[in-house]
Amino acid sequence: MNLTLRIWRQTGPEDKGRMVTYQVEDVSPDMSFLEMLDVLNERLTLAGEEPVAFDHDCREGICGMCGMMINGNAHGPQRGTTACQLHMRQFADGDTIDIEPWRARAFPVVKDLVVNRNAFDQIIAGGGFVTAPTGSAPEAHAAPVAKADADAAFESAACIGCGACVAACPNGSGMLFTAAKVTQLSLLPQGQPERYTRVIGMVDSHDDAGFGGCTNAGECTVVCPKGIPLHTIGRLNRDYLAATAKHTGRS
Amino acid sequence: MDLYTEGNPVTDTRAPDGPIEGRWDSRRFAAKLVNPANRRKLTVIVVGTGLAGGSAAATLAEQGYRVRSYCYQDSPRRAHSIAAQGGINAAKNYRNDGDSVHRLFYDTVKGGDFRSRESNVHRLAEVSVNIIDQCVAQGVPFAREYGGLLDTRSFGGAQVQRTFYARGQTGQQLLLGAYQALERQVGLGNVEMNTRHEMLELIVVDGRARGIVVRDLVTGEITTEFADAVVLASGGYGNVFYLSTNAKGCNVTATWRAHRQGAYFANPCYTQIHPTCIPVSGDHQSKLTLMSESLRNDGRVWVPKTEGDDRDPREIPEDERDYYLERIYPSFGNLVPRDIASRAAKNVCDEGRGVGPTRLGVYLDFADAIQRLGRKSIEAKYGNLFEMYERITGEDPYEVPMRIYPAVHYTMGGLWVDYDLQATIPGLFVIGEANFSDHGANRLGASALMQGLADGYFVLPNTIANYLAAGPFDKLESSHPAAVDARRTVEDRINRLLSVNGDRTVDSFHRELGQIMWEYCGMERSAAGLRKAVDEIRALREEFWQRVRIVGDADGLNQSLEKAGRVADFFELAELMCIDALHREESCGGHFRAEHQSPDGEAQRDDERFAYVAAWEYGTEQPVLHKEDLKFEYVHPTQRSYK
Repeated sequence: MNLTLRIWRQTGPEDKGRMVTYQVEDVSPDMSFLEMLDVLNERLTLAGEEPVAFDHDCREGICGMCGMMINGNAHGPQRGTTACQLHMRQFADGDTIDIEPWRARAFPVVKDLVVNRNAFDQIIAGGGFVTAPTGSAPEAHAAPVAKADADAAFESAACIGCGACVAACPNGSGMLFTAAKVTQLSLLPQGQPERYTRVIGMVDSHDDAGFGGCTNAGECTVVCPKGIPLHTIGRLNRDYLAATAKHTGRS
Repeated sequence: MDLYTEGNPVTDTRAPDGPIEGRWDSRRFAAKLVNPANRRKLTVIVVGTGLAGGSAAATLAEQGYRVRSYCYQDSPRRAHSIAAQGGINAAKNYRNDGDSVHRLFYDTVKGGDFRSRESNVHRLAEVSVNIIDQCVAQGVPFAREYGGLLDTRSFGGAQVQRTFYARGQTGQQLLLGAYQALERQVGLGNVEMNTRHEMLELIVVDGRARGIVVRDLVTGEITTEFADAVVLASGGYGNVFYLSTNAKGCNVTATWRAHRQGAYFANPCYTQIHPTCIPVSGDHQSKLTLMSESLRNDGRVWVPKTEGDDRDPREIPEDERDYYLERIYPSFGNLVPRDIASRAAKNVCDEGRGVGPTRLGVYLDFADAIQRLGRKSIEAKYGNLFEMYERITGEDPYEVPMRIYPAVHYTMGGLWVDYDLQATIPGLFVIGEANFSDHGANRLGASALMQGLADGYFVLPNTIANYLAAGPFDKLESSHPAAVDARRTVEDRINRLLSVNGDRTVDSFHRELGQIMWEYCGMERSAAGLRKAVDEIRALREEFWQRVRIVGDADGLNQSLEKAGRVADFFELAELMCIDALHREESCGGHFRAEHQSPDGEAQRDDERFAYVAAWEYGTEQPVLHKEDLKFEYVHPTQRSYK
């Protein structure tokens, strides 16, 4: 099939950026979206034009490196699917497709479709862990975990840190990402000792990194390729409230 | 042979003597220690943030060393360990099904087709149990039984259920555990994390590894970084085949640059072709996707009995199907090791019984399992894999059997290391897939995660102290002649790549290199084919340096330039792989030479001549082979039988 692409081109953080139109021909429906961009980039290179910079790595939907707005949707039209797993059979011959980077204050554009997501690492460094230095662990079966809790923890742990939730949020909030980790660890016995310091540390880091506040718009969970549920944010809020009540010096 | 020369054998691997159960203890006791106050004065560079690098960086920082960590991705959490699906082995024997440290050791040595070191493998089996404890303590959400205890499943090459898992995303969960431990150390200021930085050269001063040259991929700035020791955890080199299950960015540059500086490269021809991947769909294909080996617990592999049978698989009656793995290997059935399952798939396709549009595919059928266990149960076990399959192929595997075909997945070869995981350059340590150490000629499923975490959490942090005890070493400046030289090498190379300004893209060369490797150095190799490959690789490399085209400059993010540097190193590695494969005139594990097979088509080893590790030293004219003899005191080499 033949397609018209309108792609955001921006040479660097200081450049204003613009949409540029390209035609691509002979696209196979079996191609992934990124393979279609590969074809365009090969052609641009041979024509002496700079290829479109975009992040990608595993191309199997798990590393979280790829991500772009496709026709205004984070990761494109197919639910529960990263851009690398999106295949061209989702589009029709003659379509015009708009491709833009994630747009959020906490994710500045590096070049073209590439953004800087180090802010997510800062949130994890703020408390998204269990303090268990190597060698200190008790026998794995010392603390059984109810299957339902383990399964629910897994559901939240499936987050790939791609940033689609932030890109879709009208406030540029990273709350679904933060809540997924808070939920995973607060459901497990291993996460209990730091449960309340964790949630405060992570939310503080989240706010410091420039993310906006959550107003329960719910766009995040719609675009999340791993289906992280919105109720994780409810759990985060409960833990946060309990934590601030315990730490009376805070408001 | 005319393609290499032979040097002195490697005689000292630093493994202690004595009964195998006590060797790791005695090594740890004999190793020098660094007291906590002195650790603060010592800096360690760790390249790569996967299971091995991430766990090592976190653990070293916890111990009090100053750590500087580097990865090419935008976050340490993206390292390709994240994509590992099936599970991690450990000799916990929670199933009471006869497992033990000794059995895991035995299975791994046998699975590696008797081409690995007994001492190393035994240590791996010993620490496997600590890994599970560690990961559970970090909050890794492993699959559990209704009683709240950990669940396990079977994997290839074993008759016990020792594989722990987190749905089909075990690597992701284990990596996030290590990543979180690492980020905790970043937050505490003990680790300096450098994302989007690529190591392009190793700095060796007075015979010791003392630093690296890195390029900031965003600004293009090239800097020299120093430390008291350098740890490479940069993964494997499967992308030399272009199409593999590796992430697009996986590359050999860090280890290959170290090799050029003097580190030996061991067993480069040992590559793992994984039997269950989604078949190639066309020329546009940029990578291949694995369907976890765990699927072979419940899926049955088959092809039609007759050539060219084009019927819908659901319409082919039971007695016209050939469940060839169950037929040929009745005792292991669909769970034979990867090398054997892959070759069997190739054989039935060569006979013309392959399925799908390209006829390079076999069925992996869940109909029986769905009938026996119900769709819900299959969904709970493999849901994400089935979904991935459906996204890629547009077919629903709950209804139609999956089509699978072997693809390059893992590389057992890597930089040579001794028992301490130290390379032939003092101060250079290599861990995880980047080294050659534990899997011999074939890695068993669920053993890569085990080895990466064993190296990073438990082995390296003990053995590196023995080296660092002699430090801190002299402080170095970027004006040191060795640093200036290394930096100039990097700059010259980049300038050379940019100045070619030819008429072919980097990917077109990479694809062509991959085709040569797959054809002649893939699932089946022959002397004539490998010689042809060496010639073709040399010619293509020459052409690359004359015709490659990279648009843009080196002063900022330039993904074509990054790729070009990696492909240039793949060319050199590819040649060494073919030479290694050519010199090893036997079949073992993933290395199958057409000339060396048993009457029934199984790999035929030649223990008399080839029971050694081939450690290659870089030479400007020709590589130099150093042999390290393998001794088997506990597991007697036999012809592997899974029948």
